Amino acid sequence: MSIDSVFVHKIWNDQEISKMVDGGVPFPMLSDAGGKVGTLYGIYDDNGGVDTRGRFIIDPDGVIQGFEVLSPPVGRNVSESLRQIQAFQLVRESKGTEATPSGWKPGKATLKPGIDLVGKVWEKWKTNMAFD
Amino acid sequence: MPEDFNPGCARPTGGPVGEAPAEKTETPSEITPKEIQNMIKVGQKAPDFSAPAYFKGKFVNVNLSEYLGKWVVLCFYPGDFTFV
Repeated sequence: MSIDSVFVHKIWNDQEISKMVDGGVPFPMLSDAGGKVGTLYGIYDDNGGVDTRGRFIIDPDGVIQGFEVLSPPVGRNVSESLRQIQAFQLVRESKGTEATPSGWKPGKATLKPGIDLVGKVWEKWKTNMAFD
Repeated sequence: MPEDFNPGCARPTGGPVGEAPAEKTETPSEITPKEIQNMIKVGQKAPDFSAPAYFKGKFVNVNLSEYLGKWVVLCFYPGDFTFV
């Protein structure tokens, strides 16, 4: 979603993005005239008159589980967004009985928070697990 | 003559030039509270919205609430053609 019109979205997709991605953008390219939605989400930049690089993860109940906002020159890390969604999905499926520690990715151990784990995280989780 | 500029990743914009307009003096009774930008928090409902979109060769209207039951990634960016 950007402040561009759907006409500009069409030309950008058809002329440029479809040359990078087979079939073009596979999701709706939303138009936010005047930054009204960006304002609603707190990421509209009044001075530049644009939406900043905000990314929100919304769960099936419509609840915001995470967000990240970057200034214009630095692009996102899609793999990290996917990792976060996988982590939120795991937590949701476990009904909150499991948590994903720092550095978690699919296949790595989770933690089961509870009275027995208090003061014992050091036995289950080592700092090298924060890194790939 | 208009000067050249190099486009960066911020969308090129302009604005008024010259002297700032004289500030209105308001009596206290006329002062309205400044609009505060919403502070989004995790764990809160994502504000619903409707927006026009370009999607697979068509122009469509999208409501966020249509996606209830699915995981959604909502991405904002400064503008089409802004490089990154």
